[in-house]
Amino acid sequence: MSRSDLHEMGVAELAAAIADKSTSAVEAAQHLLARARAHASLGAYLAFNEEATLAQARAADARIAAGERGPLLGVPLAHKDIFVTRDFPTTAGSKMLEGYRSPFDATVVAKLAEAGTVTLGKLNCDEFAMGGSNENSAYGVARNPWDTARVPGGSSGGSAVAVAARLAPAVTGTDTGGSIRQPASFCNVTGIKPTYGRCSRYGMVAFASSLDQAGPMARSAADCAALLSVMAGPDIDRDSTSLDHPAEDYTRLLGQPREGARAERPLQGLRIGLPREFFGAGVAADVQGPVRAALAELEKLGATLVDISLPRTELAIPVYYIIAPAEASSNLSRYDGVKFGHRAAQYDDLIDMYKKSRSEGFGPEVQRRIMIGTYVLSHGYYDAYYLKAQQIRRLIAQDFQQAFTQCDLIAGPAAPTVAWKIGDKSDDPVANYLADIFTLPASLAGLPGMSVPAGFGDSGLPVGLQLIGNYFQEAALLQTAHAFQQATDWHTKSPEGF
Amino acid sequence: MSLRSSDIDRIAHLARLQMPPAQAERMRTQLNDFFDIVEQMKAVDTTGVEPLAHPTAVIDHVALRLRPDVASEPNQREANQQSAPAVEHGLFLVPRVIE
Repeated sequence: MSRSDLHEMGVAELAAAIADKSTSAVEAAQHLLARARAHASLGAYLAFNEEATLAQARAADARIAAGERGPLLGVPLAHKDIFVTRDFPTTAGSKMLEGYRSPFDATVVAKLAEAGTVTLGKLNCDEFAMGGSNENSAYGVARNPWDTARVPGGSSGGSAVAVAARLAPAVTGTDTGGSIRQPASFCNVTGIKPTYGRCSRYGMVAFASSLDQAGPMARSAADCAALLSVMAGPDIDRDSTSLDHPAEDYTRLLGQPREGARAERPLQGLRIGLPREFFGAGVAADVQGPVRAALAELEKLGATLVDISLPRTELAIPVYYIIAPAEASSNLSRYDGVKFGHRAAQYDDLIDMYKKSRSEGFGPEVQRRIMIGTYVLSHGYYDAYYLKAQQIRRLIAQDFQQAFTQCDLIAGPAAPTVAWKIGDKSDDPVANYLADIFTLPASLAGLPGMSVPAGFGDSGLPVGLQLIGNYFQEAALLQTAHAFQQATDWHTKSPEGF
Repeated sequence: MSLRSSDIDRIAHLARLQMPPAQAERMRTQLNDFFDIVEQMKAVDTTGVEPLAHPTAVIDHVALRLRPDVASEPNQREANQQSAPAVEHGLFLVPRVIE
C-alpha cells in the first residue's frame, strides 16, 4: 500500500507514522525522492544516491522492527552541501569541489544518522556559504517555491526550498551571518541557529570559523527542537570551538507555560525587546506589517514588549564583512589544487598552478571575499581594518548584554524585505551585504537566533519574525516560537502547487 | 582611501588569484564600493577595547582549547587521497619546484 500524502507530514507526524507502521522509512524515502526529482527545476537538490538512501531506510525499518523507537527514527531529511558526507559528493556549491568525496561524515551528519534519519540527498547553497540568494552556487540558482522568479535567500537556499516545497520534512543548514534565518524568512520555514559552538563544526566546509554554526530548518519550532536535540552537543576532540556543555532536550519547554503563567497566557512575564534600529525606515512596509502583527499576537499570549536599542546595528555590516572574509581568505587557502579540489589543466609552474586552479575553481563572490580578506589582513592594514572590526565586534556583543538586562528575548524582522527577483542584486555585492543587516549582529555576538513564519507581504511572499536569545537560551526561543505557532497557522501554509 | 589597480594586482598575487585586467578593474570598483561602507568604522571610539576574536571568549569565558599533540586517527592515506588531482605512490604530485 502506498501513501501519497507522506510529503505533507512534518517530522513528528512522519516519525509516528513510521513507528506505528502505517508507512515505512523505505516508503517515505522513496516517495520524497520521487517528489524531489519531479521538482528538480527548483534547483533544491545537488546530489542523490538512491542506493545509499534506501540502505539507510532499510536499516531504520529494521531498528523499528526490532522494537526500537525514537523521535527521528526513519525520518527522511537532507543536508546542506556544506556538510561532508561519505555516501554523497560534497561540493559546497563550488566548482572547486566538483566530484569531491569525503572520507568521513560531518559530526552533525553522523549524529543524525545514529538517530536513524535517512539522508535523501545534498542541498544547493551559495558557494562556500557566501551569499544571501543562492545565486552564487556554481550549480545554478535555487528557486523560491512561493514565486519561482525569486530567490529563496541564502546561503542555505536549497535547504529552505526543500522544506517549503515539501521535498523534505526537515533539513540541515548553516548560518554564518544569517544563512539559516534569512532563507527561512524568505520561504516560510522555521529555522534556528543555536549559540555559537553548540553544534560541532567538524566536517562543515569552513567559511568563517568564528561565526559558522549549524542548525535545523523545518516546518515548525517543535520539529526544529527535535532535530537540534540530536545535532547539538560537545565534540571536544574534533572541534576546538565546540562548547563543553551537555546536550539538552530542546523540546522540554514546548507547550509548557512559562513559570508562573497560565495555559491561556503561556508567555506571561516574558519581556520581548524591540530594537529601535530594527524598525526604522529601511524596513519595507510589507515586512513591518506582518512583524508588528506577530508581536501583537505574542502580546496576546502574555508577553510584554519593551523598547530597546542596539546602537551599533548598522556597523555590524562592515564589521562582519571584514571579519568573515578575513577568516575565509585564510580557510580557503587550503584550495591549492594539490590535496583535493580543482587543478587547472595547463600551467607554467607551481605559483601559476595555484593561481589558475583557484581562479578557475572559485566563483566571483568567493574571489571578492578572498580579496577583501587578504587585503584587511595584509601588512599596514591589519590594525585599521581587522583589529578595529574585532574591537567593534566586542562592543556589539556588549550591546546585546546591555539589552538583555531589559528583556528576555529580542524580536524584529529577519530581513528588511521579502525575497527579491533572481538577478535583481547579482551585479551589486554591496546591496547584498546591506540586506543582511538584521541577522549579522547576533552572528557576531555568537547568540542563538531563529526565524519564524509571521505572515505574508504585499505580493504574497513570506515574512519571518526573528527571535534572538541570550547564550544557551535555545529552549526558551523554541518555547516562544512554539507558543506562537500554537496560536497562529502561518507556518502551516504551503506555496500553491506544492 | 581608494584602491588603485596596482593594489588589486598585489592583493590578487597574495591571494594566489589570477585576474585579467578587465576583471581586476571590476574588482577594484566593487572593493572600493565596499570600503565606502567600511569608513563609518573610523568614527567609533575603540580606545581600550579588547578585540574579540572569537565568541567563545564571551560565551563561556574560556580560552580556546588545545588538545594533546598525539595521533588520534588511523592512517587513511588512500581515502584521503581519493580526491587529489595527482597522486603517485601515495605522494601528492606538484610541478617541479627546485630545478
